[in-house]
Amino acid sequence: MGKLIISPSPHIHSKDSTRSLMLDVVIALLPAVLVSFVFYGWREILLMAVSIASCLLLEWSITRYLLKKPSTIGDLSAVVTGILLALNVPYTTPWWVLVIGAVVAMGIAKMTFGGLGQNIWNPALVGRVFLLVSFPTYMTTWSQPQGLFGADAVTGPTPLGAVQEGLMSGASVQDIMATQGYDYATLLYANIGGSAGELCALALLAGFVYLCCRRVIKPWITLSIFATVALTALIFWGINPDRFTGPVFNLLTGGLVLGACFMATDYVTSPMSVWGGVIFGVGIGLLTMMIRYFGSYPEGVSFAILIMNSFVPLLNMAFKQKKFGRK
Amino acid sequence: MSKHTFSIGGVHPHDNKISRDCPIRPLPLPPTVYLAMSQHIGAPAKPVVAVGDKVNVGQVVAEPGGFVSAFIHSSVSGTVKSIGPRKDLAGNPVTCVEIAVEGDEWDESIDRSEDLVTAIPSDNKAIIEKIRLGGVVGLGGATFPTHVKLMPPPGSKCERVIINGCECEPYLTSDFRTLLEKGEQVVVGAAILRQVMGNVPCTIAIEENKPEAIVHIREVIAKLGYEGIEVMSMKMRYPQGGEKQLIDAVMGRQVGSGALPISVGAVVQNVATALAVYDAVQKNKPIIDNSVTVTGGCLPEQANLLVRVGTPLQMILDAVGGVPESAAKIISGGPMMGKAVVNLEAATVKGTGALLLLTEAETRRGSASACIRCGKCADACPMGLEPFLLNRLCKAGDLEALEANAIQDCIECGCCLYSCPANIPLLDNIRLGKGAVLGAIRARAVAAKAAAEAAKQ
Repeated sequence: MGKLIISPSPHIHSKDSTRSLMLDVVIALLPAVLVSFVFYGWREILLMAVSIASCLLLEWSITRYLLKKPSTIGDLSAVVTGILLALNVPYTTPWWVLVIGAVVAMGIAKMTFGGLGQNIWNPALVGRVFLLVSFPTYMTTWSQPQGLFGADAVTGPTPLGAVQEGLMSGASVQDIMATQGYDYATLLYANIGGSAGELCALALLAGFVYLCCRRVIKPWITLSIFATVALTALIFWGINPDRFTGPVFNLLTGGLVLGACFMATDYVTSPMSVWGGVIFGVGIGLLTMMIRYFGSYPEGVSFAILIMNSFVPLLNMAFKQKKFGRK
Repeated sequence: MSKHTFSIGGVHPHDNKISRDCPIRPLPLPPTVYLAMSQHIGAPAKPVVAVGDKVNVGQVVAEPGGFVSAFIHSSVSGTVKSIGPRKDLAGNPVTCVEIAVEGDEWDESIDRSEDLVTAIPSDNKAIIEKIRLGGVVGLGGATFPTHVKLMPPPGSKCERVIINGCECEPYLTSDFRTLLEKGEQVVVGAAILRQVMGNVPCTIAIEENKPEAIVHIREVIAKLGYEGIEVMSMKMRYPQGGEKQLIDAVMGRQVGSGALPISVGAVVQNVATALAVYDAVQKNKPIIDNSVTVTGGCLPEQANLLVRVGTPLQMILDAVGGVPESAAKIISGGPMMGKAVVNLEAATVKGTGALLLLTEAETRRGSASACIRCGKCADACPMGLEPFLLNRLCKAGDLEALEANAIQDCIECGCCLYSCPANIPLLDNIRLGKGAVLGAIRARAVAAKAAAEAAKQ
């Protein structure tokens, strides 16, 4: 018997650690990542590698040389940001654009605020929006999937972009859908055109189910986003199906699934309580649909999540667990 | 699946009841026992024996030092060797009566037969006096003198007696074994308690990971033909055995902040306490021994031992083959709320329910990292507090904000620190802050009293 450890209770600890939770998120993202590799080929693999490596390198060098603190990259949160960032851009984006995105995500959105846990906005989304505003050409030139072993890419619009362009040129929603050849099954398992993370809703949903089963994330944020988007779309589409797209189309396009499952549920930038989370989700759903229907951008999930991120401290203050035995 | 459980928070640690199949067996008499004078909540007891006195098992060696205090009886027969300070398991000096064991002579008034005595005396006052004279204290952990709990302040009324058989702490099995082996005595003890409280209904709450105990106690109640005593199967969840949580789970009532269970009509007693009540009232046997679970994955054998009060811990550990090389921490009590043992020379007290040995891998807490605001601590807190917030306020030393955020309600169950993925020492800091806030509250009360006195004059 060596020396006994003397420390206060509790003497046992749950198996969860920040690293294990982040690893679960990485595992949950794997189906979507693999699908994007198969559809987009080597270029996507390169982008993913550049994105993850840049995020890790930035966090490591900032903690090491600027903050002069022990490195925190072991918690794998930079890997999650890297994957999400790569899933958020088209595979035709030049690799150096992603490096800039990583600088904004890690350097500005995360480490400037004090690193993991201190950031107000989701780092990957800040990076994405920065790129969208700064490099609109790269970020909105979508290419048809060419496949891992496929032929040359064919450039085309995303479903949401096509609808917006079509509407501006005076066509009705039904006409556009018919011309573009969209049907719901295609959208569900193999979206046509878009960023890597918009590709396959099924793969993302599989990851979401995994995270819920492992109790890593709270399902109510995601579910309230889906419900709000569906309901809002149903109302507008019911009023004027020529002008507004329907609920299923809106649920399956434009990175809504990726955003709702993996970005809006980020611990740091989402409310802790059930009701806070529900209101957060409803806000994201409403803002997304308003931007899609009435905004100048075809897509609104990123903006909606970032705007609602700003309300998280207020939501955390407003919705607290009732204390035991107190009014 | 049972649905009965408390309404806020809680965690599900693996129950690890690896000693559940070990019957309670008596530990051989130690050569010397050390009886601590403060082994209950309240004033320390005052020794009534002198060095050189001969004592028998069950003879009073110390009497209560105040209203909230308890008798202490000799757990062995022999000669008083010394009376003086001795280090307890945490290394703090406590006045102890040292008795060298000679033979095993029992006080004549104690009924040592195994016969079950079911006839309960009708005089409630006499019953409470017997419980007081038996030195009975709450054996669930708090060691609050039982007779005080059975005399609710005027104006309050008991509506239900709850016998706590949850044993929600992982590893512990002494209450489970007691329910299986002394079920009749526990049920008669419960019947005594409900009679004393005014023939109110009684619930024996047992978690569903002890199905044999649930079945057995139901059979015993049926066999004894008691009305008004029921067994409630509880969902497995920690800290179900916490007094406030258990009342919430059984009666659906929440005891207010700073209030006593009796304010919602509840009196909670532990299984081992019910047995001690039976012994004191029906057998004239004071608390001289208690069952102690000796367990841990690193031990070659598990045990539930009947140990005389005041037995040195080292002797108990020797009975299971000594402390193995791999043991890194010895805990008196369960892994969630027990205390780390500093001093193996220390002796058991009435409330000692378990000795748990954990390896470094089992007990290691990772190094603390940044809070990721996952909210797991707030989800786990059974009092509905926000440990992450309290932790920050503790560091800032903001006592006013701590009190406004109800730090004084913390029951120190450990759920927050258990569930924190960043290993932030939440409870360590909250304990410090809670102490400071309680001190401030007391100081305020004293000042208010003094001001009222001054105004009168």
